[in-house]
Amino acid sequence: MKNIDARNHVQGKSIYLDDIPEINGTLYAVPFDAPVGHARIVKMDFTKAMNMPGIARIITAADIPGENQIGGIIPDEPLFAEGEIHFWGHPIGIILGTSEYACRKAREVIEIEYEALPVITCPREAQKQNHLIAPPRTFVLGDTSEHWAECDYVLEGKADVNGQEHLYIETQGAYARPKEDGCIWVASSTQGPTAVQKAIRKVLNLPMHKIEVDTVRLGGGFGGKEDQATAWAVMAALAAHVVQKPVKLSLHRMDDMRMTGKRHPYSADYKIGLNKDLKILCYEATFYQNAGAAADLSTSVLERTLFHCTNAYFIPNVKATAYSCKTNLPPNTAFRGFGGPQGMFVIEAAITKVAEQIGVTADQIQKANLVRNGDVFSYGQVIDKSEAHNSWNACVNTYNLEKIQAEIRAFNQSNYRFKKGVAVQPICFGISFTNTMMNHARALVHIYQDGSVVVSTGAVEMGQGVNTKLAQVAAITLGIPASWIRLESTNTLRVANTSPTAASAGADLNGKALQIACQNLMDRMMPVAQALLNTEANLQIKDGVVHKDNEATELTWQQLVLQSFMRRISLSEQAHYSTPVIQYDKTKEKGHPFAYHVYGTAILVVTVDCLRGTYVFDEVNIVHDLGKTLNADIDNGQIEGALVQGIGWMTLEEILFNDKGKLLTHALSTYKIPDIYSVPLQINIQHLDTPGHDLAILKSKAVGEPPLMYGLGAYFAIRNAVKAFNPNHDPNIDAPYTPEKVLMDLYSKRKA
Amino acid sequence: MCFLSIFAFSGQALIPETNIVFLELNKMKITFILNDQVIQTEQSGAGTLLDFIRYEANLRGTKIGCREGDCGACTVLSGTLQQGKIFYQSLTSCLTPLANAHGKHIVTVEGFNLPGLNKVQEAMVECSGTQCGFCTPGFVVSLGGYALQDTHPSQDCAISAIDGNICRCTGYKSIERAACIVQDSLEQQDSARPLDWLVEHHFIPAWFRDIPQRLEALNIPETAFPKTSGRLFVGGGTDLYVQKPDALPDLPINYIFGKLSKAPIESIGNTIHIQGGATATDLMNAPVFLEAFPRWYEYFKLVSSTPIRNIGTVAGNLVNASPIGDITAMLLALNARILLQQENGEERILPLRQFYKAYKTLDKAAGEWIAEVHVDLQKDTNTLFHFEKVCKRTYLDIASVNTAISLKTKGNLLLEAHVSAGGVAPVPLYLDKTSRYLEGKTIQTEMVLEAIEVLQSEIHPISDARGSAAYKRTLARQLFMGHFLTLFPETIQMEALV
Ligand SMILES: Cc1cc2nc3c(=O)[nH]c(=O)nc-3n(C[C@H](O)[C@H](O)[C@H](O)COP(=O)(O)OP(=O)(O)OC[C@H]3O[C@@H](n4cnc5c(N)ncnc54)[C@H](O)[C@@H]3O)c2cc1C
Ligand code: FES
Ligand code: FES
Repeated sequence: MKNIDARNHVQGKSIYLDDIPEINGTLYAVPFDAPVGHARIVKMDFTKAMNMPGIARIITAADIPGENQIGGIIPDEPLFAEGEIHFWGHPIGIILGTSEYACRKAREVIEIEYEALPVITCPREAQKQNHLIAPPRTFVLGDTSEHWAECDYVLEGKADVNGQEHLYIETQGAYARPKEDGCIWVASSTQGPTAVQKAIRKVLNLPMHKIEVDTVRLGGGFGGKEDQATAWAVMAALAAHVVQKPVKLSLHRMDDMRMTGKRHPYSADYKIGLNKDLKILCYEATFYQNAGAAADLSTSVLERTLFHCTNAYFIPNVKATAYSCKTNLPPNTAFRGFGGPQGMFVIEAAITKVAEQIGVTADQIQKANLVRNGDVFSYGQVIDKSEAHNSWNACVNTYNLEKIQAEIRAFNQSNYRFKKGVAVQPICFGISFTNTMMNHARALVHIYQDGSVVVSTGAVEMGQGVNTKLAQVAAITLGIPASWIRLESTNTLRVANTSPTAASAGADLNGKALQIACQNLMDRMMPVAQALLNTEANLQIKDGVVHKDNEATELTWQQLVLQSFMRRISLSEQAHYSTPVIQYDKTKEKGHPFAYHVYGTAILVVTVDCLRGTYVFDEVNIVHDLGKTLNADIDNGQIEGALVQGIGWMTLEEILFNDKGKLLTHALSTYKIPDIYSVPLQINIQHLDTPGHDLAILKSKAVGEPPLMYGLGAYFAIRNAVKAFNPNHDPNIDAPYTPEKVLMDLYSKRKA
Repeated sequence: MCFLSIFAFSGQALIPETNIVFLELNKMKITFILNDQVIQTEQSGAGTLLDFIRYEANLRGTKIGCREGDCGACTVLSGTLQQGKIFYQSLTSCLTPLANAHGKHIVTVEGFNLPGLNKVQEAMVECSGTQCGFCTPGFVVSLGGYALQDTHPSQDCAISAIDGNICRCTGYKSIERAACIVQDSLEQQDSARPLDWLVEHHFIPAWFRDIPQRLEALNIPETAFPKTSGRLFVGGGTDLYVQKPDALPDLPINYIFGKLSKAPIESIGNTIHIQGGATATDLMNAPVFLEAFPRWYEYFKLVSSTPIRNIGTVAGNLVNASPIGDITAMLLALNARILLQQENGEERILPLRQFYKAYKTLDKAAGEWIAEVHVDLQKDTNTLFHFEKVCKRTYLDIASVNTAISLKTKGNLLLEAHVSAGGVAPVPLYLDKTSRYLEGKTIQTEMVLEAIEVLQSEIHPISDARGSAAYKRTLARQLFMGHFLTLFPETIQMEALV
């Protein structure tokens, strides 16, 4: 089934935040910020700005009726900077005017004096100075200190991995409108309407029932609108509340890039030890997470780095410590993978380097250490349905890794200018919010008298196709065509207290709740059907017709609905689902945090032009574990999209700040995401044949994040090609592998 | 390759001198057809076409992703009437002054909508080429624009049509598959009656057929170029609207896009006359260059993207004086001369390499404009040309370093040499010492290595977002080698150079 929004999308009829028709009298808001990384505000003068044509008002922290605080996990993030600026781009206030243009012109003449304070951009430096967001966390399995001696190969090293700009094509935005009785309506391009509602509650000092947050869809989210959509929605709501007029705030791209956080950059030290059979016996890692100037979701992201720091490998002795380091950068935030990819990058780096030291290929070490049922991860979860070996074997056999490797050796021998490299990338990603209390959801279903159905859940549609999957879940459970079902916007008045749509869990959590709601409706209506058909037999509904013994009866869905209504049976249902089994004890750092894991393996092949330092990915071959896919079109789209995003992160996408904390890659002209020519020439995807998992919606496993991590292999494939040209050089591990780094590595110490 | 075939038309009408009406587009009524409706507006011509479409015409299918030409979410088509026929080109409406829509047929995604889905839309749905959907109207318009071209030679050409569209969700493969379906069906097109065929095959609404007559009937007065000095020249706007979009509405502007009094590119004797207002697309498809230099088309694929090339002009590239201007680097190596004109009719000709004085400082008086660029190209001599460019992303990106070379050779001897490099100095650099060094030399490895030493002595790269100084030096060396590896593959081998 195709995405239910696709037809409207291609006709330009889908409505995004900035497409909502403006109500007469709407004011436009533009934020203003500090062009300094860290400073005290000495003086602010808005006289000139207020005298500009079309300017209605300037709103700052002074206008906040409640608390100047939007921190979701830790209350350390003011909505507007007050007194002190913590990062370049820190919003100080918003300008309200009759057009965005008028506001931007006024912004140019705002006068603010600053007194500069020292700027820290490096997480290791922050850690040294004890600038931490929270105390460090350490995960331990076995005892590394006792087992280093048994290792035949030991290697220590450092690995750096940079951040990533979300670059959702729709920028952040919100539109707020005051309603009667002090209530407020806010349309927000957010992955977390409840988070927005809660923050507005705090800042406006309003009870939550007066705040309606509505989200139709996002033009991309990728985690960037999980927590960081909040500020803009609160600003719009605050302004609307203060001036009692509708206020729209839709960020300009450069404001968005400058003011919002990104994927966390990490710096890490590792130590790895293997025995002669290439079994990894010990692994130690210390992660320095660059959190930026406030916590945002950093502590949770940090946790997932630790959860996934051994990727798909069983290592009996692990000690991993992670510091969330506070720096003067925009607060970094969720991004597809949520810290997991950074953790996995470091173990892959360690494996690659130690393989080079031993003189084997990395895939030999990877394969020798894949998790099996009964193995335990450092956080205590015992693996029960591992697909690590299955997906590995399916991948290397289907695509013939040996042949690929042999061809590449031959190619590299006979070519001077072009070198090829290959990497195998297994993945293992845990599904569930690692914060156990967030793993619940609700769905509201109304069946109308005409048989049409409307569904509301806490899930936000952002292109990942969750609404399509939800329509399928309802269609399957009710036995009617999906076209009779409408997915409504995500709205805090209809479905309350939602978790954000994140952690790849949106379809599982909301789908399960929806399934229960639909099942409850069926349980109420089927006795009516039995009565109408005068039978006690089990009945089913298929394609909108009641079936008995697999044979269509004369009773249609529409008749059944109407008859149920006449019998005063409720055609509305609200259901709740919370993931069973999962638990986690932070004091021991042990538990069973994930409902299940998603597995898969990819083989990536790259060709490097050793004259220019540029590269092209020839092919990426994937075997992915979807369980029993509910929607192959959508799932394949998620795999391709995530892969390309992962490759982008590992290759072109380079975030650069100067030492004053100014973002140098500030626009699409300087921050490059993959275009149609930079994606692999071929992407082959096969689904692993597996029974699926009961905790996945209709056994269809979560797919949003895991395939991004296939992209990690891009880094190591390039490295292998570089080493084929310049074997003497041992390049630093420092992602992304931009053409600049490739060229410098190709020619560093070449003629030793 | 899609030689000449796609977007071969410049999109610029030749204006008979007599028909020119002098209008100031900042104050005049701008008239055009938007989809199937005639628009007449007194809005400032300096606002963007994008804002007009979205917030005045309330067509919200056209999206805003960046406002700097880099994402393609705002792509629309601009149709130019010429001899009763309309030629469509894609462009980024976020960088296009409203004034540049004057007299055109502007098509947004809504303009492609039929009662059902059109062919492109259907292919996009069928291939799951849309996820969040925010980029999608841009892709649909670009592919629709491709369908409206005269020829559809290959799948590669269909992909080229969407080279200015960025998608963050799909990873492009599904869009590629959709483009493939579109291509397959376009290959069946009846070239005798292309528009009818497109209507019959559900690519476009039937009213497209009436647009040429309707535009003609409107008899929209042309605006003139150039009239008043002391005004800012705006060509395609692809530099100005990135650099100072908010300042433009307050400035007196001379809209000069499309105001050509001669063919965009013309050979007169041994000299090629390029109009200042010729677009990158014009240059890319100029037969005289394509015939002389086999890789000419490929070089231009490295310059911005289709919708930007459709509007970005040669003079704009030269006057913008970006140290990494690609067309500038090419023209420097072609040893071009520029013809500068003033309002009072004064003219002078200046070698391009003398045009750049310091960072963004030009040998140009305030009111002067670039009317033409002249390049000598003797057919009988053996002139070789090559261009190299490396950026973070190969396509739709600004160079870290670029370089161009032109050589006149006789046997193994270099008679004349001109080398340029960008990204290695505050100005686009003509490498005078390197060029002089090369002249009279025999083509061989040693010579290339020595020339590199000379080159390194005349470049002064700095570190910035496009790379460190050390990288740019290395890259300049490599790309210079690239010239010789490409032009003399028999004589120069990479093994010998590095
Ligand atoms: C997304 C994007 C990608 C790009 N990629 C590239 C690239 O890869 N390579 C590259 O080289 N450039 C690139 N550019 C820059 C730009 O497209 C080119 O420089 C283009 O040629 C500028 O032409 P224009 O007509 O749009 O200039 P405008 O913006 O209209 O004008 C630029 C300057 O030239 C002046 N001017 C224009 N015409 C004349 C004239 N006839 N006489 C005197 N002055 C004049 C204007 O006053 C202004 O100062 C890119 C731009 C964008 C937005
Ligand atoms: S809005 Fe991105 S190219 Fe115009
Ligand atoms: S579908 Fe989301 S950006 Fe293309």
